[in-house]
Amino acid sequence: MTREFNDWVMSEIEREEIEMRECYCNALIEEARRNGNIIVIDVDTSNSMGTKPFYRAFPERALNCGIMEAHGIGMAAGLSSVGFIPFFHAFGVFASRRCYDQVFLSCAYQDLNVKIIGADAGVTATTNGGTHMPFEDMGIMRNIPNMTVIEPADSTMIPQAVRHMANSWGNFYMRYGRRKMMRVYNEKAVFEIGKANVLKEGCDVAIIACGIMVHEALLAAKALSDEGIDAMVIDMHTIKPVDEETVIMAAEKCGALVACENHSVINGLGSAVAEVLCENLPVPMERVGVVENFGEVGTQEYLMEKFGLKASDICSKAKKAMARRDRL
Amino acid sequence: MDRHEMKKAAEEIRKMTISAIAEAGYGHIGGSMSICELLAVLYGYILKIDPSCPQKEDRDRLILSKGHCGPALYAALAWKGYFDRELLKTLNQNDTRLPSHCDRLKTPGVDLSTGSLGQGVSLGIGVALGCKMRGMKNHVYIIVGDGEMQEGQVWEGIQFAAHRRLDNVVLIVDDNKRQLDGWVADICNSFDLAQKFSAFGFTVFHADGKDCGEIYDALIMAREAEKPAAVLLDTEKGQGCSFAEAADFNHYMVVDHEMAAEAIREIDRRMEEELKK
Ligand SMILES: Cc1ncc(C[n+]2csc(CCOP(=O)(O)OP(=O)(O)O)c2C)c(N)n1
Ligand SMILES: [Mg+2]
Repeated sequence: MTREFNDWVMSEIEREEIEMRECYCNALIEEARRNGNIIVIDVDTSNSMGTKPFYRAFPERALNCGIMEAHGIGMAAGLSSVGFIPFFHAFGVFASRRCYDQVFLSCAYQDLNVKIIGADAGVTATTNGGTHMPFEDMGIMRNIPNMTVIEPADSTMIPQAVRHMANSWGNFYMRYGRRKMMRVYNEKAVFEIGKANVLKEGCDVAIIACGIMVHEALLAAKALSDEGIDAMVIDMHTIKPVDEETVIMAAEKCGALVACENHSVINGLGSAVAEVLCENLPVPMERVGVVENFGEVGTQEYLMEKFGLKASDICSKAKKAMARRDRL
Repeated sequence: MDRHEMKKAAEEIRKMTISAIAEAGYGHIGGSMSICELLAVLYGYILKIDPSCPQKEDRDRLILSKGHCGPALYAALAWKGYFDRELLKTLNQNDTRLPSHCDRLKTPGVDLSTGSLGQGVSLGIGVALGCKMRGMKNHVYIIVGDGEMQEGQVWEGIQFAAHRRLDNVVLIVDDNKRQLDGWVADICNSFDLAQKFSAFGFTVFHADGKDCGEIYDALIMAREAEKPAAVLLDTEKGQGCSFAEAADFNHYMVVDHEMAAEAIREIDRRMEEELKK
């Protein structure tokens, strides 16, 4: 007998009713009502990032500096040093790659307090294509000491993530798809930084995912269950600091793991999980993610298939990890 | 130069761009429309290039630094004969050779990949420097958005080009007054671009970006200049396309076949009137 999803998972998983950027901005406005230090910074992409309602709600606390990412993030760091809590928005590619030295030295190196929102995680950039499709942003940000890196799965998680960022000191990078995602969680679900959510218990193989891959992981678990395989499903929404305890627990219970990310297999979630395993409990592990490739234009469905990010890819990797374990 | 022929080419490129965007269903219409006249003049009368030999070493280069306006460039390339016009229908489709942002590895005739604003300027200046070092006599034309001029990298490039007196550089600013989020003057004022370019050591030329003849004259002078040259094109975002001109937000629009057909009819009417004059 395989087990069911726990009671945080929607009984019927459907596409969200609102876009994630709307959900994000609503949450930020709510938080800004409580906290007068929260400010918004944009770099000529407020239409894309969905922050326009914030400008209407708090015109004096929203700044659009034009197409100058390096300046915008540096200015955010300066603002945070005088007590503001800047939320900086850009396409993920530019928030990470184009701002790297500024994020590193102006924000992190001097322990300031900037919340960086990188929109269009991985394949969710769809027809903006390769120049706008970040497969490396988590890796870039994960490399920076004390940077917290998160990728929430849906509209239940995003507002809670915003609240956490607003209320804890330090630099955060949040990536997400700004359009409609699949709603995975019901209202009961809780987002806590650094604490992974186990969405299904299982003993045969553990599937660890973040962002849009959480939905694929649930689909994969269902498919595996039809074959009598009892897969554990974990939403590792905090990529850094990764929840070591949960990774080790999953390795102990299942002895085989698959990490799934809408990101390069290098230096993202898979790497973080592998690091924990190697140093604690090395068990066979496989990675689902983009392998040595740049993005390109296409529908999300097409790109997920092309880059091997579908539930079926997770299933075959899961079986491969199990087979390796069974050979040991 | 036959100004009427130039205008006809511009409208042809405009119509092809609108159709391609409608086929995809959406796209960066505003900034594509504002460079149709420029592209017609460049590809029709200025660039020393040969579509049958797209990689010829000493050819002129064109770098569309505002790479999100790929659709207009693709139309110009098809018009010039780099590939079949039918290919325009595949804009932004899965596995396409015509992605939303210019990609030199995918599209014949695209010299360098762009899409991250600012980078095309440095790329172009690198090409210009390299061509000079190789003793070539060609020119490098770089098309930059007025919003894009906010990127610091653009000014790093300009300063360097002036310092090296790269007189084979022609930097063209599509001054359509708008960027993604709205009016450039509201978001972050560029102040006096001509003065800024002069202060940085460029020769500056102006042209009405809707007037092919003026564009042609300015480009010829810029090409002959003894210093790197800037051509400031006074344009309108969405120009020549009725629905884009009318829209408050026209950076990126959902465009259906009906809208496209109406805009194209309008262009044809305009061309007929031109002919009568
Ligand atoms: C580095 C970078 N930042 C942001 C963007 C997103 N973006 C694409 S077009 C655009 C506005 C460009 O405005 P402008 O240069 O005036 O071009 P145009 O008006 O001709 O469309 C922005 C912000 C980008 N492509 N690259
Ligand atoms: Mg502009």
